Amino acid sequence: MNEKILMKGNEAIGEAAVQAGCQCYFGYPITPQNELTAYMSKRMIEEDRVFIQSESEIAAINMCFGAAAVGVRTMTSSSGPGISLKQEGISYIAGAELPVFYVNVMRGGPGLGNIAPAQSDYFQCTRGGGHGDYRVVVYAPADVQELYDYTMLGFDVADRYRNPSMVAADGILGQMMEPLVLNEYKPPTDLPSKAPWRLGDPATREPLWMTSVHLGEGKLEEHNLRLQAKYDEIAKNEVRFEEIMVDDAEIVMVAYGTSARIARSAMVRARAEGMKVGLLRPITLWPFPDAKILELADRVKNFLVVEMSLGQLVEDVRLAVCGKARVHLHGRTAGGVPEEDAVIAQLKQVRDSKGDEILRNF
Amino acid sequence: MPKIEVDIDRCKGCAYCVEACPQKILRLSETFNNMGYHPVECFEPEKCTGCAFCAMMCPDLVIEVYK
Amino acid sequence: MERVFGMPEAMKPERTLYCPGCGHGIAHRLVAELVDEFKLREKAIGIAPVGCSVFADKYWNFDVISAAHGRAPAVATGMSRGNPDCFVICYQGDGDLAAIGTAETIHAANRGEHFVTVFINNAIYGMTGGQMAPTTLVGQRSQTCQLGRDPAIMGYPIRVCELVHELPGVAFVARGTVDSPKHVLKTRSYLKKAFEMALGRKGWSLVEIISPCPTNWGMTPLKALEWMRKEMLEFYQLGVFADCEGGQE
Repeated sequence: MNEKILMKGNEAIGEAAVQAGCQCYFGYPITPQNELTAYMSKRMIEEDRVFIQSESEIAAINMCFGAAAVGVRTMTSSSGPGISLKQEGISYIAGAELPVFYVNVMRGGPGLGNIAPAQSDYFQCTRGGGHGDYRVVVYAPADVQELYDYTMLGFDVADRYRNPSMVAADGILGQMMEPLVLNEYKPPTDLPSKAPWRLGDPATREPLWMTSVHLGEGKLEEHNLRLQAKYDEIAKNEVRFEEIMVDDAEIVMVAYGTSARIARSAMVRARAEGMKVGLLRPITLWPFPDAKILELADRVKNFLVVEMSLGQLVEDVRLAVCGKARVHLHGRTAGGVPEEDAVIAQLKQVRDSKGDEILRNF
Repeated sequence: MPKIEVDIDRCKGCAYCVEACPQKILRLSETFNNMGYHPVECFEPEKCTGCAFCAMMCPDLVIEVYK
Repeated sequence: MERVFGMPEAMKPERTLYCPGCGHGIAHRLVAELVDEFKLREKAIGIAPVGCSVFADKYWNFDVISAAHGRAPAVATGMSRGNPDCFVICYQGDGDLAAIGTAETIHAANRGEHFVTVFINNAIYGMTGGQMAPTTLVGQRSQTCQLGRDPAIMGYPIRVCELVHELPGVAFVARGTVDSPKHVLKTRSYLKKAFEMALGRKGWSLVEIISPCPTNWGMTPLKALEWMRKEMLEFYQLGVFADCEGGQE
């Protein structure tokens, strides 16, 4: 292990899942993540594990529900339209407190949209399209190495908290090839055992009902309060972000995934021109690094959100600053990718703007 | 001699057993059980053959059969 | 004196919430009897669908999982592929299996998944108050076809056994009913065959059970059986539709 190879993003996710012990992959073809499904169809069989190309995305997420219920690591993957189909299943998985890992390689929407990269599923990832009070741990890698490393972490976090977790990538990350170190998977030694709840081998316990329905008076609220306590624990322990040159920054950009790479290049050029610009890159979209942003907002009075959507991440940043700073938006979508020149131009506009002006590039 | 035992409070008075009994020795009682149904009763137990047709038809596991 | 018929170990003693004369009570018991007969209680996982039998966990004395509406065959696939040692009983009603879950049903059959499917066909949606099912008969009234099912608007009832039995992954498909001791025993034998197929990893098995729903048919239980014999069994023929071991009826 630890060799460095050139690998496509989608396939890097697959290899990481195999290394992390994914026992069952269920998926349905959809662009731009087909390479992942194809890779798994070969690797899982090679490793004598389970691969099923399911009849639909809905079937796939429900197969994951079943596999997780019997205590094995399982995953599915799709793009926005397919993740929309999976929402009911994800809600059930969260309600039943099962560990399932999944991947959204985002494309343009809404509807059938296009197959070009986008980040317009941010709401879907972090708010769920699914019903009920639940959360999913969302990782937003920015390069192929992170796609690999955070896939492994995604499985661990799902098991640790008995909750769904996901990687939110975009079509660029899924398709690009970059050098990748095939880090050895090191299983955490402190993950809770699945024996007390996995179905089908109740040799040491009474029969168990694995469910998300709680009909008795007050029972569902009680269950939800327990879930919220779990989410509080996750929020306390699992937030991840990267901050670059924020300490003296007058404008901080907030961006994730591919947008962060572009924002970073824009930042470097802006700095060369004497502008004090920094970048905060959320790595977990949920739990969101709101505490960090609030801290920055004490001193930094202008944030520029750079995203491949027309205004989703920006809402979380606006919430996080609690009115202490202005939050501007640079949004492109549906295959439109932010351009460095345009970002720099907007940074200058932000620098030169007055009063309460909120700037948007469209 | 074969016999049945009826768990009166489980019975919902559907009468499937009454219809199924080949000896025709079951009927719904005039009395009520604690759910407000008329439970089954065997009014000629000496004729019971222990065939268990009544128990097979019962959706509620009301009847145990002894032989 | 010995007890020759009583509560199976794989049933919990709770009195069921099902209506008087509901077929679920008999079907649940037959499944439990077979779980006991094959000594599967510690490995069995029953799937409680969406429908009246969402409550199946209260009655079956083995592991039960609640699946989303129609998705039981996919959940069953995940469980039986994830842990081939467990024994999965996919239990569904007519909406679950033949409306929202049609794709999952056909594809699990097509893949030859090794679990038992019990299909409770009572030609109506019970839990939600009596709406039309894919198996509601022409002319039969329901909440959503109040003048009787009109095929011109609502299509014809679906015969599931006929639809699936020729898929190559299928091991055993049969249709039984529970209106008489003779039929109850026959249905039990079909379920037993299905259990054997799943245990022997021979492919996918389905036992459709024509079942009474007195409440939503608006009849007393005995009248419901009468109607079922006259109308349902006329349209839904009983018997074996597929048997990969070539068994004859």
